[in-house]
Amino acid sequence: MRHTRSILTITLLAAALTACSNGTETTSSAGATPDKLTVIAHDSFAEGVDDSTFAAFTEQTGIQVDVLAAGDAGALVNQAVLTKDNPLADVLFGVDDTFLSRALDQGIFTEYRSADLDSVIESLGGSDPHVTPIDYGDVCFNYDKGWFDTAQIPVPSDLEAFKTDVYAEHTTVEHPATSSPGLAFMLATIDTFGEDGWLDWWSAARDAGISVAADWDTAYYADFTRYGGNSSIVMSYASSPPAEVIYAEEPLTQAPTGVIEAGCYRQVEYAGILAGTEYPEAAGELIDFMLSVEFQEGIPLTWFVFPANADAVLPQEFIDYTVIPDAPARLDPSYIAENRDRWIDEWIGVMEGS
Amino acid sequence: MRRIRWGWVAVSVVPVVFIGYFFAYPLFRILTLGLSEMGAGSTGLQARLFKVGWFTLWQAVLSTVLTLLVAAPLTWAVSSFDFKGRRLVMALVTVPFVLPTVVVGTAFVALGWRDSIGAILAAHVFFNVAVVVRTVSTLWTRIDPGLEEAARVLGASGWTVFRHVTLPLLRPAIAAASSIVFLFTFTSFGVVLILGGFHYATLEVEIYRQAVTLFDLPLAASLAIVQLLGVTGALYWYARYQEKTAVAWTLERGSNRRRARGRARYGMVAAVVGTLAALAVPLSVLVSRSFDSDFYTRLFMADPVVGVPVSSVWNSLTFAFVAMLLATLVGVMAATVITGRSGQISRWFDLTLMLPLGTSAVTIGFGFIVALDWPFDLRASAWLVPSAQALVAVPFVVRATVPTLRSIPSEEREAAAVLGASPFRVWREIDLPMVSRAAMVGAGFAFVISLGEFGATSFVARPNTATIPIMIFRLLSRPGAVSFGMAMAMSVVLALMTAGVVLAIDRARFGELGTF
Amino acid sequence: MLQVESLDVVIGEKPILRHIDLEVSGSEIVAVLGPSGSGKTTLLRAVAGLIEPAGGDILWEGKSMAGVPTHRRQFGLMFQGYALFPHMTVGGNVGFGLRMSGRDADGDLVAEALAWVGLEGFQGRQIDSLSGGERQRVALARTLAPRPRLVMLDEPLGALDRSLRQRLVTDTRRILEEREVTALVVTHDRDEAVAMSDRLTLMRDGEVVQSGRLEEILASPVDAWVSEFLA
Repeated sequence: MRHTRSILTITLLAAALTACSNGTETTSSAGATPDKLTVIAHDSFAEGVDDSTFAAFTEQTGIQVDVLAAGDAGALVNQAVLTKDNPLADVLFGVDDTFLSRALDQGIFTEYRSADLDSVIESLGGSDPHVTPIDYGDVCFNYDKGWFDTAQIPVPSDLEAFKTDVYAEHTTVEHPATSSPGLAFMLATIDTFGEDGWLDWWSAARDAGISVAADWDTAYYADFTRYGGNSSIVMSYASSPPAEVIYAEEPLTQAPTGVIEAGCYRQVEYAGILAGTEYPEAAGELIDFMLSVEFQEGIPLTWFVFPANADAVLPQEFIDYTVIPDAPARLDPSYIAENRDRWIDEWIGVMEGS
Repeated sequence: MRRIRWGWVAVSVVPVVFIGYFFAYPLFRILTLGLSEMGAGSTGLQARLFKVGWFTLWQAVLSTVLTLLVAAPLTWAVSSFDFKGRRLVMALVTVPFVLPTVVVGTAFVALGWRDSIGAILAAHVFFNVAVVVRTVSTLWTRIDPGLEEAARVLGASGWTVFRHVTLPLLRPAIAAASSIVFLFTFTSFGVVLILGGFHYATLEVEIYRQAVTLFDLPLAASLAIVQLLGVTGALYWYARYQEKTAVAWTLERGSNRRRARGRARYGMVAAVVGTLAALAVPLSVLVSRSFDSDFYTRLFMADPVVGVPVSSVWNSLTFAFVAMLLATLVGVMAATVITGRSGQISRWFDLTLMLPLGTSAVTIGFGFIVALDWPFDLRASAWLVPSAQALVAVPFVVRATVPTLRSIPSEEREAAAVLGASPFRVWREIDLPMVSRAAMVGAGFAFVISLGEFGATSFVARPNTATIPIMIFRLLSRPGAVSFGMAMAMSVVLALMTAGVVLAIDRARFGELGTF
Repeated sequence: MLQVESLDVVIGEKPILRHIDLEVSGSEIVAVLGPSGSGKTTLLRAVAGLIEPAGGDILWEGKSMAGVPTHRRQFGLMFQGYALFPHMTVGGNVGFGLRMSGRDADGDLVAEALAWVGLEGFQGRQIDSLSGGERQRVALARTLAPRPRLVMLDEPLGALDRSLRQRLVTDTRRILEEREVTALVVTHDRDEAVAMSDRLTLMRDGEVVQSGRLEEILASPVDAWVSEFLA
C-alpha cells in the first residue's frame, strides 16, 4: 500500500515539475516568432524577475519570457561557454567587464546592434558589437555618517588618505579572488595608480591596518559600524545608501550612509544573443526592450544598479541619497582578462605577506 | 538460491542507473573535457597545490577528531539514559547540520570568530555534531546491557567497561560517523571561505577559483581528481577497517536506556545542557537579531524585489520531498544489493555511493551542464535540483538501512520460506517492511538536508524558483536593516522547520533501528 | 509418509549427518532425541529444504523432494527461537502461511488455529507484548495454520520454564493428535520426548543410533551409551 502511494506521488510530482521545468523548448514554427524566449542570467537578476518584469514585452510581441538563474556572474558565463554548441537559452544577461573578454573569445554571442544604442550613456558606449550595455553599477566606498559625526573627522576624499591609520584601521575591503566588489576595487587601484604603483598603495594600506573580508556579506553586515562592526568605511555599491533608506526599519529622511567618490569602479553589465539560438530576431527585440526607457526605469528599484539608457529617469531615492561619480575607474575588458590572474596573485603576495 | 540472481540484477539496476547518470557520467564528461586541454601549470602552481591539498587534509582530520570529542558527552547522555525531552534534544542538535553556511558564517562572524583556523574548526564541529550523536547513539542504545553487566561482575570499573567493552562495540558506528564528517569537512567551501579569511584555502575553494573565476578547466579538473582520489582513499580505508572490526554484538530490539541516578544524573544534565548551550551560542545571534523588529510579519508580505519570502517554503518542501523519494528508492535498493552480495562488489558499490558527498560541488554542477543533454535535455530543468540533492542523500538512506537489513535474523526469512513465501515474497514481506521504517529515518534526514542546502545546484542553470536557502541568500545580499532582519527571521524559520520535521520523524519511527 | 534415505549433510568441510534413515508415517509423532550437537536441528532443516544434502534423499509419499524449493514443500517447521515476525501482529503471523497460498481471506482459519492453542481473540496483539508461553503457542499455531502435510518442531519447549513446560507438553501433544498430523519433534530432553511422541529416534554425532518405542529400546539397547542416555 505504501508503495502504491509513493508511486502515485512521484507521478504527480513528476507531472508538476515537468510543467514548471524549462528547457530550450520553443515551438518550432517554421517562421521566426517563437512562443517563448529564454533568458539566462545570474541569480541577482533572476531574483528580481516577476510576472510584471517582461509583461509589456509579452503584450507587444506575444512572446513569453522565461528566466533561468545560473549562479554568480562567473558561473553564468562559464555555463554559456560549456554549452555553446547547444545553448541553454536565447539571451544571456549579466556578463560584466571582468568576464566579457572570456565570453567574446569563446564566441558565445551573435552580433547584434540595438537600434536604441544611441540612447546609451556615452561613457558606456563603444562596446563590442556582440553585446549591448543594459545597466551599470558603481562599486564605491560607503561610509557611516553617524560614526563620522561622532568621531569628528572628515570623510576621506582621496585614496591617499587610506595610507594613514586613522582611516585604514576603520576600513574593510573584500578579497578580489572571491568577491566581485573586491575585484572591482582592486581594478580601481590599478587604474588609479597604474601597474607600477598600485601594490605600493596596498602595502601602505595593509601596514596602516586595512581589513579584508571574504565577501560582501561579511564586510557589510559584520564589519560595518552601521551593523555593529568596527569599520566605518566598507567597499560596497553606490546604490547601497538608497537601499538603506528604502529598507530601513523606520522611515528615514536622510541616508545613514554615504558614498566616497574616490576609488569608485564602474561595472557595466551587458546582454547578448547566444549564438545558436533559433530565434535571433526575436532575441534582438527582447534586448531592445531591455534597453527601452520603460524597462530601464524599473531597473534601479529592482536590482539596485543604474540604467544605461541616458533617457531613463532615476527614482527619487537614487537622486537624493547617492552620487553618481563623474570619473569612476574602468579598465578595458581584454586588459583585465590578460592580467587578472597575475594581479590577484600579486595582491595575495602583498597582503598575505604581512 | 540460484533463482535470486536475476533478482539481484533487477534490484541493482535502479541505483546503478541513478548514480551512473547523475554522477559518474557527468563527472566523466567534465573531467575529460577539462583534461583534454593543456595540463596543469608551472611548478609554482604545483607547490601551491600541495600546500592546499595538505591543508585540506589536516583540517578535515582535525575537524573530525574534534567533532568526535565534542559530541562524545552528549552521545553518552542520550544513549544511556531516558529523560524527558530526549527527543527534543535530538531534534535540536540536528538543526545546525542543515543551516546554510552563509547563515552560520554570518552568525560566527558577528560573534567575532573569523580569519582563523580556530573559527573554521569550530564551525565544522558546530555543523557536524549531529552526525556523530545520531549515528553512534543509535548503535549504542542497542548494545546488550548484559555485556557491560558481565564485565562489571568480573571486576571492571565504569571507565574500563567503556574502554574495553563498549568502545570496541561502537567502532563501526564511530567509523561510519567519522567518514561522513571527514567527507563534509574535506570538501568544505563556505565555512573556509567566510571564516578563514584569505589565509586558508581548501581544494574545494581552489577548484571554485579555477573553474569559475579563472575558467582554468584543466587545473580545476586536476584538482577535482586529486580531491576524488583523496576521498576514495579515505573511504576505502574506512570500509576495510569496518569489515575487520565488525564484532558480532547482540542486538536488542528497543532501547536499553534507563533513568539516570545519582552522580550519573549530574553528568547527564551537564552533557546535555552544556552541548546544547554551546550549539545555541551562534544560533542565539540569529534569533536575537531576528526579533529586533517585525521581521517575521514581513516574511508574509510581498517584497518588491524578492516577492513573498515564505513562498520559498513551499518550493523547498516540494524539492525536498521529491529528493527524499528518489533517495529512498535508490538507497533501499542499493542497501539490498550491498547486504546481499558480500565481498569486493558490495564494498566498491557502497564506496561509490558515498562519493558524491566527497566530490566538489562545482565539478558536479558543471558536469550536469556538460553531460545532461542526452537522452533528454535536463540541463535547465527543475529535475536537477532534487536529483542533485538525492545524490547527497542516498548515502544516508543506505547507512540507515544496511544495519537493519543485516540484523534481520535469517531464521525469520527461513520461517517465511517454510510457510510458503518465494524469495521475492520473502524480500517483500520480511525485508522490506522492516527496512522501510529504517529507510524512513534515513529518508527523513535526507529531507532536512535538502531543505537547507543546495550544493551542486548553485552551479547549474535552473528555473527561477526560490527555495529557503536561496531566499535567505537573496535577502542577505542587499543592504538595509530590514533585509538583514528578514534574512535572520527566515533562518530561524528554517531552523524551526528542521527541528519540527526531525521530531516528527523520530516519533514515527519503529523502535530505534538504523543509523541517523 | 516421510522417508529419509541415507541422508548425508556436510556444512563447510564437516559432515554433520551421516547416512540418516528415518521414516514417519500417517499420523505418527516421532521424537528425534539426542545430546546437543548430534545434528538434530540440521536434520529438520534438511527435510525442510533449507540445506541441500550432500547425499541420500528425502521422499514424501514416495516422491523425491530433491530440487523442490523450501516454499513449495508444504512442510511446517517450528524454529527453536520461534522466529516470529516482529512487525506483524499475532494474526498476521499465524495467517502468513495461509496468505502465501492465497487462502483464508476472511480470517476464519486463523481464528481456528488460535483456538487450537487456546489463544482465542489474540489476533490483534503485538508480538512483543506476549509472554514466553504465549509466544510458543503462537509459533505452534503459525506452523499448524496452513495445514502442512508434515509438521516439524525444533525444541518446542526449550525456551520455557519448568512448570510451563510440563503444562505445554501435554497440550502440544494433544493438539498434534487432534490434527492427526505427521510430526517430527526434536528435543534433547528424554522425558519430553517420551511424553510427546509415539516413537523415538536416538541420534548421536550425526547418526541414528536406535529407533523404536521407549520400552523396546530399554529392553534391548544397542550399546551402553543408549541405556545411560535414556536412564
